[in-house]
Amino acid sequence: MHVPDGFFTAAVSISAGAVAAAGTAVCLRGARRELDDRTAPMAGLVAAFVFAVQMLNFPVLPGMSGHLLGGALAAILVGPYTAVLCMAVVLLVQSIFFADGGLTALGVNITLMGLVTVLTGWGVFRLITRSLNGRAAITAASFAAALVSVPASALAFTLLFWVGGTAPIEIGTVAAAMGGVHVLIGIGEGLITAVTVATVLAARPDLVYGAHGLAAPLVLRGPDGDVTVVPEREERVTAPAGRSRPFLLAGVGVTLVLAGVVSFFASGDPDGLEKVAEDEGFLGQATDHAFGSWLLADYGDVGGIPVGVTGVVGVGITLIVAGAVGYAARRRDREAGREGGREDVTV
Amino acid sequence: MTASLEVDRLAYAYPDGTQALFGVDLRIERGERVALLGPNGAGKTTLVMHLNGILTAGHGTVTVAGLPVAKGSLKEIRRRVGLVFQDPDDQLFMPTVREDVAFGPANMGVRGEELDQRVKAALERVGMLEAIDRPPHHLSFGQRRRVAVATVLAMEPEILVLDEPSSNLDPASRRELAEILRSLDVTVLMVTHDLPYALELCERSLILSGGVIAADGPTREILADAELLAAHRLELPYGFSAG
Amino acid sequence: MSAGHHHQLYRAGDTPAHRLPPQCKLAAVVGFVVTVVATPREWFAAFAAYALLLAGVLLLAKIPPGFVLRRMAIEVPFVLFALAIPFVGTGERISVAGLSLSLPGLWAAWNILAKATLGVVASVLLAATTEPRMLLLGAQRLRLPPLMVQIAMFMLRYMDVILDEMRRMRVARESRGFTARDVRHIPVVARSAGALFIRSYERGERVHLAMLSRGYTGSMPVIHDLTASARQWLAAGTLPGAALAVLLGSVLLKTGEW
Repeated sequence: MHVPDGFFTAAVSISAGAVAAAGTAVCLRGARRELDDRTAPMAGLVAAFVFAVQMLNFPVLPGMSGHLLGGALAAILVGPYTAVLCMAVVLLVQSIFFADGGLTALGVNITLMGLVTVLTGWGVFRLITRSLNGRAAITAASFAAALVSVPASALAFTLLFWVGGTAPIEIGTVAAAMGGVHVLIGIGEGLITAVTVATVLAARPDLVYGAHGLAAPLVLRGPDGDVTVVPEREERVTAPAGRSRPFLLAGVGVTLVLAGVVSFFASGDPDGLEKVAEDEGFLGQATDHAFGSWLLADYGDVGGIPVGVTGVVGVGITLIVAGAVGYAARRRDREAGREGGREDVTV
Repeated sequence: MTASLEVDRLAYAYPDGTQALFGVDLRIERGERVALLGPNGAGKTTLVMHLNGILTAGHGTVTVAGLPVAKGSLKEIRRRVGLVFQDPDDQLFMPTVREDVAFGPANMGVRGEELDQRVKAALERVGMLEAIDRPPHHLSFGQRRRVAVATVLAMEPEILVLDEPSSNLDPASRRELAEILRSLDVTVLMVTHDLPYALELCERSLILSGGVIAADGPTREILADAELLAAHRLELPYGFSAG
Repeated sequence: MSAGHHHQLYRAGDTPAHRLPPQCKLAAVVGFVVTVVATPREWFAAFAAYALLLAGVLLLAKIPPGFVLRRMAIEVPFVLFALAIPFVGTGERISVAGLSLSLPGLWAAWNILAKATLGVVASVLLAATTEPRMLLLGAQRLRLPPLMVQIAMFMLRYMDVILDEMRRMRVARESRGFTARDVRHIPVVARSAGALFIRSYERGERVHLAMLSRGYTGSMPVIHDLTASARQWLAAGTLPGAALAVLLGSVLLKTGEW
């Protein structure tokens, strides 16, 4: 479900926007390293594919259906960098053309449905395929990756909600509701992902990013019966493990940022505050609560914590960390002697 | 005089291991219109991909108007060889017809008024000038194929290579395209299994079968040789005679 | 052939709202939505003023209200969610028509409904008055990375083609007597998804080849030059400017009261 405008506080929206921008910046570089000048058409077509399969609804419970998120699927099929790009573009297009997901919530949506699903999905997938090999292992790993990616996204949503949701619902209730339903949706997502990956694996194993190394070496027979063994195509020479290291590092960075945001805003969380205030009997009127949803409106001092200040500092730190991630990625790129800086992202 | 296209002992296998070409030799002179015939899976499309260096030979060489296809010459090669793909949706990837036709020359560095002139001239030659500002997916299939030809003509190629130009066309679009192709003053290599179309447009034909050139001669003679055609899974439509 | 999605998004027209450069409109809408989101939720008058501003744009752009209403259907899942909040919300409860509702929950529901709705309407108006590709070029002018814009362009171009392929696969399944009804049918649908991926990927490869064949070396030639004059920026700034004025006016009024 795409988060609309007004669902999270401005502070959370901005922070998530910074996280999304940094993550996308890292992936822009990563994808270009892998796909080179194929990035735009390939990622564009895969994005269109993701958009199409997100329309696949599947029954979860009687009277309730879920739809595919596709983050883990994309990660396994085209690799984590390209997958994040595709998800980001799909969400961008859904937001500005279809009004599906708020413009100010775009960062939240990219973080939840792009970064989190791809990162956890790819992480789980690599964890399993690192020790197990073969088609069955890849199919099983795909199932597990997609299964985990959906509740992980729901969990991240719950975290953000806890930090800066605008609705007064017990965090436990949200976690239980989101978690319960999304485990079920995760099973559907896992099934579809596993069968989809298995289908592609059977027909074109060379197209499955997560299965590189399964394809046999090429043997070329000449007109006179001479035989040449052609090395694998250049873009596939490096093993996914080697290439995924910077991605994993970036993932850790993003997670740290997320954690940082969470811990920072936890103290400035209007709902949490309100709860404290209620318990302590500070607030009799619910109207005061309104200011909690507006970063700068809350210039008051509630429970001893200047909320607005905390929020601003938190946003500032998040921006700095996010900027540093983007900058580091850029430097790595330059050091590698790439001319990739041409289309730099302004975070 | 140098030939427009010369292919020498070309062999290639795909990443999945299937070998498509086993040593192809052919030569096309400037101004010729040649049909490359062959059943499905004969390696026609694979051969075409070698002509402008999209695929690079495992064995053998391709030379376009004296310039060998090699990493360093790709830019010029791709200007010289105009490839029209089988599915116009693959070729028309830009949001409007104008941008699509401009894509090639713009990559060659043409800008401004000259670019505009080229785009219009190319569309004029295929009779699609009035569609210049329309999105490609709003055009009919036949119109899209004509625009696809224009995208390539705008690059002023040495040789025009068409992959199955008549596929999926209704009879009227088919005739219109034939008229356009006949009116062009470039070397044409037409890859097809549509034998009547080959006969209508090309003096000379080659048969590619099993990854090698199995026959080369006047189209009329090749199509008259029932045994040769049958050996390479080629058939004239019912009631059609090349005589 | 394809009566795909995005044709219905844009309504061709020649109004001041259509003529503004896309980057101005995009910036204006983002500015407007940010202002809306930043407005404390009990300032009803401010929200009413925002709604009036959007209605003004609607009139200016000559977009029929029915068009906007239909497009707003995208909001339905969240409306349902918002309606549930007063029932599960915490805090002080009040009794409305025999139902026990959470008062903060009601506020939250109103907050989400009001802001999300204004956001959706603003986005719909933007998409309705701006051609999709121009909107993307506008985003590029606003420093969205060119590579992202290219990816989105390809996505828009081939969305219909791929949805068509998906539709044909479904027709092929259904013409053989198959309809997906429950969980056991997921594998069948997923196998089509696998086939669809292969087709999409291979098309991507072919498109790339077609681009290479015409001299593509990694960056798109710049053919469009979108420039906006100060006057156009000013005109586009009316919407967020007015919204901001409403917000600041409200702030002054409220602080005066308190």
